[in-house]
Parts: sequence; C-alpha cells; structure tokens
Amino acid sequence: MKITKEISIGDVAARSEELRGENMTLNMGPSHPATHGVLRLSLELDGDKVVKCDPVIGYLHRGDEKIAENMTYNQFVPYTDRLDYLAPLANNVAYAIAVEKLAGLKLPPRCEAIRVLTCEMARLSSHLLGIGVYAMDTGAWTVFMYTFNEREKLYTLFEELTGARFTTSYTRIGGVTRDIPDGWLAKVSAFCDGVERTIDEVDKLLTRNGIFLERTEGIATISKEMALAYGLTGPNLRASGVPFDLRKDKPYSGYEQYDFDVPVGAKGDCFDRYLVRMEELRQSVRIIRQVVKTMPGGAWYAEDAKKIFLPPKAKVMTKMEELIQNFMLVTEGPQIPAGEVYFEAENPKGALGFYVVSNGGGVPYRLRIRGPSFVSLSILPAIVPGNFLTDVASILGSLDFVMGECDR
Amino acid sequence: MPTFRVAGTDLLAVVSALRDEQGFDLLADLCGLELQGRPVRFGVVIHLLSTTHKEYVRLHVDAVDDRVPSVSSLHPGANWHEREAFDMFGIVFEGHPDPRRILMWDSYPYHPLRKDFPLAGIEVPFPAADVAEVTGQKVEPAPMMGGPFVSHGGKLSEGEPSALDQSWTEEKPKA
Repeated sequence: MKITKEISIGDVAARSEELRGENMTLNMGPSHPATHGVLRLSLELDGDKVVKCDPVIGYLHRGDEKIAENMTYNQFVPYTDRLDYLAPLANNVAYAIAVEKLAGLKLPPRCEAIRVLTCEMARLSSHLLGIGVYAMDTGAWTVFMYTFNEREKLYTLFEELTGARFTTSYTRIGGVTRDIPDGWLAKVSAFCDGVERTIDEVDKLLTRNGIFLERTEGIATISKEMALAYGLTGPNLRASGVPFDLRKDKPYSGYEQYDFDVPVGAKGDCFDRYLVRMEELRQSVRIIRQVVKTMPGGAWYAEDAKKIFLPPKAKVMTKMEELIQNFMLVTEGPQIPAGEVYFEAENPKGALGFYVVSNGGGVPYRLRIRGPSFVSLSILPAIVPGNFLTDVASILGSLDFVMGECDR
Repeated sequence: MPTFRVAGTDLLAVVSALRDEQGFDLLADLCGLELQGRPVRFGVVIHLLSTTHKEYVRLHVDAVDDRVPSVSSLHPGANWHEREAFDMFGIVFEGHPDPRRILMWDSYPYHPLRKDFPLAGIEVPFPAADVAEVTGQKVEPAPMMGGPFVSHGGKLSEGEPSALDQSWTEEKPKA
C-alpha cells in the first residue's frame, strides 16, 4: 500500500525519496580482468555507488599448508613459487630463511648477497607488473607495454640463473641451488641502466597524468590507524604513513649492509600507493647496484648444509658413507630440530610470514603461510563502500594483490 | 621471540593491554593448530608485531571445547584469519562478527587441516542437487545457466554452448 504524498516541484528531497529504486547485487569476478585472478566481489550497488562489498575468495585454494605437512622441507620449495607467483624468488628466500632459523644455520655472505639480489629483482618484477596493470585498469595502456618489456628482460636473467622463468625454486634449506653464472652480474648492471630509463618514462606517463590522477587521488583513503588495525604490510602500510619496512627494521639476509630509503605516503589513497611503489622500484635498483658492486666471494651454501644438500653424484656412486647419506636425505629428508619459528620477510606485496612447527625429523608438523595479499583483501569491505563502481578497479589495482598467495 | 601461553578467558584483556600499553599495534598472524600432548585438541597461535619497538610477541591459546574468544573487535584484521582457522580446523571464535567459512564453500562438511583428514581429500556432493539430477554431473550451475547462451541436451560437457534461437544459422531455410 503506497502512501501518496503531495510533492511540489522544488521538493527535491521528497522527490529523490520517491525515485529511489532497489539496490542491485552485482558479482564482479571470479573471472574479471580487474580482479587480477580469481577474486570474486559480491557488490551491492545503489545506482553507481557501492554500498556493500563482500569479497569471496578460495577459488585458487590448493591446500598448501596441508601439502607441506606431508613432504620434506626441500620438497616444499617449488610450492612456494606458486604463492606470490609474480615474485617467486622472494618467496623461496622467505621460506628458506624460516626453516634455516629453525635449523640454526648460518649462511656465508655470498649466499646472503645472492638472496638479496634475487629478492630485489623479484620486487622489481612484481612492482613493474603491479604498476603496469594498475595503469591499465585505470585506462592507460602504454605503461603496461613499457613495464612488461622490462619484465621480459628480468625473466631472461632469471632463466639464466635458475633455469626457469617463473617457477624458479632457487633456494634450498642452507643455500641456493647453484652459484651465479659467469658474466651474469654484468648483465644485471646493464639491465639496471635500462630499467631506470623505463621507470622515468612511466613516471612521465603517469604521475602527472590528469586522467590517472582523477581516477586515483583521494580514492579509498586508508588512515594510519586503519592500516595498522587491519594488519596491512608492505607498500600498502607505508602508503598510509607508517614507516615500517622489515628490511630496515628487522633486517635479514644482510639487508643492513645496503643503503636505501623507505618511501612513506602522506595520505594513504590509491595515488599514494602508486607513488610508494614507484619509489620502491628506484630503491630496489639502488640496492641491486650495491650488491653487484660488493658481491662477496666464497661459498654459496652454509657449511652445515652438507647434512641437507645431496652429496655429489660421483661420491654417491663410489663411497659408502655418501650413498647412505643420499639415501637418508631422499627417503626421510633433512633432519630439522624440534621447535617453532615465525619469520616474516618483506616481500613485494607485504610481509610474507611462515610459522613452522617441527617435531624434529624431515617433515614439518604444521606450516602456516601468512600471505600479505590475504590481509590486503580483508580491508576491502571497509574501504570500497561509498566509492563508485569504476573506482573498484582503481582500488584493486592499488592494493596489488595476487590470488595464489591469498588462497594458498 | 617472547612466547606466552594465555588462557582463553584472559585473551581479550591480554591482547588489548599489549596493544594499548605495550605498543603491539599490528596483528601479524593468527592461525589454528592441532595441539600435541595437551588435554585439548586445538589451539590458536597469535603473532603480534610492534611497529614502534620492532618486536614480535607470540601468544598460544588453548581452544577449550574448540572455542576461543574472537579478537577481531580489537584487531579488525583478525576477522579473516579467524574465519580461516574456523574453516580449516573447526575452531569456533566466540563473538566473531561474521562466522562463515572463507576458503571452502559454505556447505562443505569437513575441516581439512585437521590431522585426521586425508591428504587426498574426501569426495563430497556439490551443492547444486537440481543440476545433478538432470545432467548426472556433479557440477555447480554455470553463471550463464538459463541465459541466452546455454548448452542444451545431454551432459553439460557434450556439445558447444550455442544460442537457443538458431534461426540465424545458414543451415536453416530462411523464412
């Protein structure tokens, strides 16, 4: 039963009440270009405005934590490639350091330097993709082409180092799979020169671009308090004005030797998150240059890791002791002492944490993976409502998440 | 890393004191765990981080009767972590604002990270019984089901999806 009201023409408020329609529910994803993978957003729209956002995740859930409980420590390294599959090298390093902390291994400086180098290259690769697709989501196609060009060069370097472009599986507990090939560092230096030019180019294309500013400035502002309350980490936390970077504040793998700055945002909107990533690209290049210049010599695996690495094939075939060791390592895995450890590494997307509980033996009792993208997405119900539907693409692009790590 | 064992009844007081008085302002991680050698089966492990002191602290909480108070009122970021712990272990978080599964679908009957759940998984019927009845396939209806482009007849996998109205194709004599 509708109550008829007398409405004068000037009575706008009353008219808009009369004209108000029902809210519409819109499913964005799981296959949508702006959701960068298989994220589904269940949006409630009032016209063009989002009033409720409910992210539905789990489409890429593989049960990595269950799988980890059923295999030896080194066997799990390839699974870490598939967490943040845009920066597999950084995941490899984070996982290896977590288990090494449990095993009490001390790594030689060359191994640590190689790891820092690969981590920063992974950061470049991840941020280049992040900025490229972010720009594409907001309508700037060109940037995507520039950044993907550089990523392609990075992948050629990764292939030379690890034998694979994407699924690198480069680290082992106590070291890396192989030493740097001859002449590789010179190629990395040459790449740095090229990527710096590209970063400047992207800067010119985007930072003062009117359309890009319109789409990002003042959109989805995350305050300092909110970022901390939701547990954001990495560039998303720093864009909100919290100067916290695990590479500076809890240094691991020898990050304290290198000179770099931590960019911090002023407002915490979508544009700040872009600016922070841009500056992190430059800082990563700065770190890479320092590592290349000071790359120490010596062993690239820990002395104690001989109990973890498989012995050389020639010795396995001719010597009894090595044969037994090989057999034990393959069947039971490296023996890691009992205990629990939590380690977070500053990955491109934020802090990637591993909580490892060991009962001793070659298999973890529990391996918890704390994916930064999982946490970044949990803030969506708080920041998306009130924005227009078109802004959702900007917000998702600015958070720079990856579903492989969110769903695990 | 300093590690404390906290009773479930004290958890909220401890976490809020750590946040407000000791500066542990960021909840880094919260996860479920099947305990060993303790009278209760499940526990929850919380890692808190202080961005000012640059330190972590770890809290172990036993889930008595599989229940733990929710800390998502103090750290909103715990919301999804707690949903995941419920999903994977069946730990109930009391006072949680949105106690749903998160990674598995809502009608999924098991908690896969429990030690008695097999690695290979357990086959379960998919939620759409009406579709299974017609097609004999255990699948969920595709989002386009009933729309202009549907696969018709037989099993869902047979035949390419095509438009219901085929009058535009050349095979048919034009009227």
